[in-house]
Amino acid sequence: MDPVKVIEIKKSVFDDNNADAQKLRNELKHKGVYLLNLMSSPGSGKTTTLVRTINLIKDAIRVAVMEADIDSDVDAIRIKEATGVESIQLHTGGMCHLDAEMTRQGLGNLSLSETDLVILENVGNLVCPAEFDTGSCCNVMILSVPEGDDKPLKYPLMFSVCDLVLINKTDVMPYFDFDLEKCKANIHLRNPRATVIPVCAKTGEGIDVFAQWIIDQVAAWKER
Amino acid sequence: MHELGIVFHIIKQVRQVAEQNGATHVSKVVMNIGEVSTVVPYYLEDCWKWAVEKEDMMKGCELEILTIDALTHCDSCNCSYPTVANGKICPRCGSDRTWLERGNEVEIKEIEVI
Repeated sequence: MDPVKVIEIKKSVFDDNNADAQKLRNELKHKGVYLLNLMSSPGSGKTTTLVRTINLIKDAIRVAVMEADIDSDVDAIRIKEATGVESIQLHTGGMCHLDAEMTRQGLGNLSLSETDLVILENVGNLVCPAEFDTGSCCNVMILSVPEGDDKPLKYPLMFSVCDLVLINKTDVMPYFDFDLEKCKANIHLRNPRATVIPVCAKTGEGIDVFAQWIIDQVAAWKER
Repeated sequence: MHELGIVFHIIKQVRQVAEQNGATHVSKVVMNIGEVSTVVPYYLEDCWKWAVEKEDMMKGCELEILTIDALTHCDSCNCSYPTVANGKICPRCGSDRTWLERGNEVEIKEIEVI
């Protein structure tokens, strides 16, 4: 029998995905397409927030949406019906997150030459999507009031990779023991650079601030 | 589920290295897993057993997991302390100007090939 040979690798498992993600970001930069990765728990109001936001920005910039879920296409259909923008569904085949390769495959199904902004609605989950760089230009997460102001302490990685945190469902704040200032402090403990915007997707409060943030980001991406 | 995605990435990278080295079979993979890497070794092993059977050159491949203790460094009093027991706040001086020194690793250390 052949002798066993030991090969030292000493390499992070995420290195390949990180390199692939960086390559994808460069390709998007070249095409002038901004990719926003949206993450949150299931039920935090991602799709409702998106519908409101897209309807505010779709006249200013050309938007497309990729919905990632383990199964079903209810979200993609809802986005298309409620906003009229191009919307496709990606199935992760049981996996709890998207990586750069899956994101690239999804982008291949969109008409990128006619798009300024692609919003990727990642799988509802506060753990795994934070580990895998999708190749996006920014990470946005939604934390909804019923989840509690202590979530940044419990899911530190998710909050540390986010450029923007939306605190959603502010209309029900009086019914929950949710302290907005404490929540902001908890987020900044993990990530001093994160922007925090309180919103309510149901009433529309704060959505205009988020919409302007996106428009500014897309403009800066195209200029740089 | 998270671990399954990681296992697929490990297998992909191990297969590449094995092929570059002209190996026909991978008999063992040694991983460095940090204490606060969010990877659960038990789940990783479970996903591993299932996934390696689908790879011709990795059937029956053993997975060895080495745990790396997590250490956090405090910039205020310039000390290092165990992360899991103390978290983000320095137990010596109470500062939050701290950063993770090690313990976040999900790293392929080495492989044994034939």
